[in-house]
Amino acid sequence: MRFERREQIPPALALLTPLIAVAVSLALAGGLIALAGAPVLTAFGKILTGAFGSKLAATETLARAAPLILTGLAAAVAFRARLWNIGAEGQLYLGAIAVAAASAHLFGGLPGVVQIPLLFLTGALAGMVLLLIPLWLRLRFQVDEVVTTLLLNFVALLFVSMLIDTVLKDPLAFGWPQSVPVAPEAELPKIIPRSRLHIGLLVAVAVAFVVHFIQARTAFGLQSRAAGLNPSGAAFAGVPLGRTLVLVAMLSGGLAGLAGAVEVMGITSYVTTELSPGYGYSGIVVAMLAGLNPLGVVLAALFTAVMFVGADAMSRSLAVPSYIADVTVALSLLCMLVAIFFTQYRIRR
Amino acid sequence: MSETVLDISQVSKRFGATLANDAISLSLERGEIIALLGENGAGKTTLMSMLFGHYTPDSGHISVMGRLLPPGRPRAAIRAGIGMVHQHFSLAPNLSVLENVMTGTESLWRPWSDKAKARARLMEISARFGLKVVPEARLGDLSVGEQQRVEILKALYNDAKILVLDEPTAVLTNLEAEHMFATLKDMARQGLSIIFISHKLDEVMNTADRVVVLRGGRVVAERRAMETSKAELAGLMVGRAVTRPLREAATPGVVVLEAKAVTLREAGVERLKAVDFHLREGEVLGIIGVSGNGQASLARLVGGLARRSAGEMTLFGRPIGDMSVREVVEAGIGRIPEDRTHDGVIGEMAIWENAVLERLPEFTRRGLVDRKAGMDFARRIIDGFDVRGGTPASRIRLLSGGNMQKLILGRNLIEHPKILIAAQPARGLDEGAVAAVHARILEARRAGTAVLLISEDLDEVMALADRIQAIVGGRLSPPVSPERVDARHLGLMMAGEWAREREGAANAV
Repeated sequence: MRFERREQIPPALALLTPLIAVAVSLALAGGLIALAGAPVLTAFGKILTGAFGSKLAATETLARAAPLILTGLAAAVAFRARLWNIGAEGQLYLGAIAVAAASAHLFGGLPGVVQIPLLFLTGALAGMVLLLIPLWLRLRFQVDEVVTTLLLNFVALLFVSMLIDTVLKDPLAFGWPQSVPVAPEAELPKIIPRSRLHIGLLVAVAVAFVVHFIQARTAFGLQSRAAGLNPSGAAFAGVPLGRTLVLVAMLSGGLAGLAGAVEVMGITSYVTTELSPGYGYSGIVVAMLAGLNPLGVVLAALFTAVMFVGADAMSRSLAVPSYIADVTVALSLLCMLVAIFFTQYRIRR
Repeated sequence: MSETVLDISQVSKRFGATLANDAISLSLERGEIIALLGENGAGKTTLMSMLFGHYTPDSGHISVMGRLLPPGRPRAAIRAGIGMVHQHFSLAPNLSVLENVMTGTESLWRPWSDKAKARARLMEISARFGLKVVPEARLGDLSVGEQQRVEILKALYNDAKILVLDEPTAVLTNLEAEHMFATLKDMARQGLSIIFISHKLDEVMNTADRVVVLRGGRVVAERRAMETSKAELAGLMVGRAVTRPLREAATPGVVVLEAKAVTLREAGVERLKAVDFHLREGEVLGIIGVSGNGQASLARLVGGLARRSAGEMTLFGRPIGDMSVREVVEAGIGRIPEDRTHDGVIGEMAIWENAVLERLPEFTRRGLVDRKAGMDFARRIIDGFDVRGGTPASRIRLLSGGNMQKLILGRNLIEHPKILIAAQPARGLDEGAVAAVHARILEARRAGTAVLLISEDLDEVMALADRIQAIVGGRLSPPVSPERVDARHLGLMMAGEWAREREGAANAV
């Protein structure tokens, strides 16, 4: 038995791939649920009702999807250009703290319509800055950005931790390490009143369409794809590699920073070190599940959010460890990677 | 007295729709040298890959020394005594010669390796076949010819009785190639059997005892080298008469590009040393030289990919500074890169995207790519340059080498460039495609394009160039006219002999 590279990837197969991967990962997760001693079908039912069964559940799922879409896009645009940005988590935190600081000390008095866009920009800028540092190190000294972006996550988190315990500490928080809150005008309007679902979701979906348009239609999109697929071929054709990567890094870091901004302004209104349950890292999974397609990211983020929210509910009612959610998402990524391999190769005996 | 060491019987292999090998039979005697002759895609490499266990035959079998070879098992092939010297060496540049030779010969479970013993054995083999190496030298520091010697030694170290060489001279200079063939003949006298793959008629006629010609996956002929001729072999190989076009006499126009004492330093190394050359309208300037002597840097310099460190350049009579790729393209300079798949195209992108990428500004309106115009442009190239095997929207990776090259030629020539830099434009192409590429270059020359042809192929340069300069160690010889020199003279020029030759100065044009 051996593998041969396919000359053409059938479009139907390309669309089916993520679905098959998800189905296989669910089947494998089913085995784990059975091992944990719970009825498998009931458990899957609980996941679904936990994610969609009530208005509260559905809004919670969608609210979780918003930052995942943005971090998923951040990973997708970077990976397309072979910029291995593993630092979305840190960029998210830096974006979040920048928003809290700017709203509390800079734009606090401005009305929402002005302040909210300004704060989005602030968060995005902070994320950009954090990714431009490792990019500069790569372009100048050939330092591997996988290592630098990954390690900067810890730097960023500790930096935020320091800020919220010192200069940005909320004096009214009874000594808890949390940042000053954003101004009331900066809180994102809710889509459904008295839920956690805010317009950040709409922003994220709109951004996904914009990113898709940029990649599919603009000269920058074509150049960044060329730079990712074959750097020396792109350079020969006159694609400025450094400048293209800087723009890609600004887009990627900006998206991750925006995720942090949306989370602070839409959900918590202040920053703690528990702001993100690993959205930055999950974004990588989301991007891979989506095959780096910006519109696919929206669906992949929804799937991931369903698993996280639904598995929480399942574990509460069936006493199955909620780690099942993490395991299923991780399995889906592994299955997706295997499935991607099979879209590119076929088995021959 | 004759003893069959290898018997390939009725071997077939199919890849998708193409039958790469169709019931091929071949036998090899002890001490015999066989040349496997054929164009690209004739199935030579596929056959040898099956022999070495890289591919499994669909049908047929192979036996070595009378024993059946299990299919698809490289280890079994090595144990049976088959040694393969690949076209692209499978050696590790960061290891020493000795380490490279030893790799794979010792069990991984052994606590330490016996280098002293291995070294003695290597030196013994090296002395026996006259293949001189320094076991401690780092492989990456060796020349290509020396690396090939290591690859051969590695096969011999593994007790190879049958040596298979895949286009062994593709990477060698003429002198190195002569040495190598002398060594091969000596090995055959000592009882080794050798198969070498080639599409060069000269070396086949000079070295092989027997010639097996493959075409379209079949053995079309088998001849004793003594009883055949180059003309017959060429006809058998191509299946029809293909003649490469020759340039006609023409009067060149004004000088469009001139370099005076240009020096280029890349990564701390002086790749070009005070070179002088000029290009005129409607003429081809041929730059010959063994690869690695600075021709890649020369192409990069004119193509906008490198910045010179000293010297003057004028373009259309005006002094120019360093130009970016975009400025070069906008100035009407077309470029054919030496390495098609590495630099020339982006394999996973569509044909139309590859066609427009280097002239993207022309196809962009307010930041948006004009997809329709790009598709039309690609279709014009496909129609005008006879690119087969794809539509504008299909990925360029699916094209064959020849068609890919036609597309690259097309995207450069369709806008009638004033200057064309063609680096190894026919490398790796089969005869038909070579003729097509040459015809296009001559057509551009007739239309007034100044062509800078960088090539290792003397026949190509003699056929196309109006003037020839040799590049050796980053220095350019004075130009000579092809009418006044022969291949021997050019060989001397490629070896850097022009400086001492008074005759060379006399022939200068």
